[in-house]
Amino acid sequence: MTDVKQEEITKVIVISSDKVLPVDAAMKIYESEFPVTVKETCFGLIVTGPTEDVLMVTEEIRKLDKNHIFVKDRGFPAGDERRCRASRGGGPRPGFHFLREEVRMLPAIGDALDELEAKGPVKESPTKKDKLKVSELERIIEAELAR
Amino acid sequence: MAKVFIYPVNSLILADLVERFGHKPLAVMNQVREKVTNISLDSPPVNITPEDPKVGLRYAAVEVPAGVRGRMSLIGPLIEDAEAAIIVEAPPVNFGCVGCNRTNELMRYLVRSKDIPILELRYPDSEENAPEFVYKIKAFLESLPREEEK
Repeated sequence: MTDVKQEEITKVIVISSDKVLPVDAAMKIYESEFPVTVKETCFGLIVTGPTEDVLMVTEEIRKLDKNHIFVKDRGFPAGDERRCRASRGGGPRPGFHFLREEVRMLPAIGDALDELEAKGPVKESPTKKDKLKVSELERIIEAELAR
Repeated sequence: MAKVFIYPVNSLILADLVERFGHKPLAVMNQVREKVTNISLDSPPVNITPEDPKVGLRYAAVEVPAGVRGRMSLIGPLIEDAEAAIIVEAPPVNFGCVGCNRTNELMRYLVRSKDIPILELRYPDSEENAPEFVYKIKAFLESLPREEEK
């Protein structure tokens, strides 16, 4: 089992960008002097290290394309034998299926964030459908009957 | 910064959006990290410590399947800490450790019975619905109080 210090955290960085590839993000971390462990994966990166360093690294990576790079915490450190496919005999690791499903939706989420940024404050969506209020229904019925 | 409970508890999109809009997501990954790094459990909540069933008993009776109590020992403390919650109905994948429907029902019940602001919405089933999904979450998160971190 991998020994991990208590104050270390792990973040999963998922890159769904047209401009940034996982390798670009990994290179940026290698160029920096943060003492973190980086694992490049098909969907992005896994970063393990002291809390402050990992938070700063993830902020730096997020700046590369902030609306199309997504970050979440991960329980297991990068390359942990209990989760690493190399030591488990292959196959998807636990948690991969959910991540894969969410990754499919990320381009649309990223576009929505772009749109929000361009528009500014949140506005009600024009396509929003509400339930018809009873008072409104009564008003319509009365209007129809009054014809 | 409010502590926001998210359902599904391991969602990348929800955890990211909550953090992006300035709040703290209460996700199960942090609970798992404490177990796998401090106590060296292999695969929580499949592996549990002798203390975990006692924690789980605070949320589910002894007749309830052990798996529910094991899961609640991780998720229950998050619900107790929650100051707000985002519940997404019908997520596309719910199996494995987050796939226990009884736990998910209990979890949602406990959240709803707490007196905290809750946003309930459906997972976007197409790309057209994604903007509205994001707008609603942003509007909800912006309506939460932004207290200074303790």
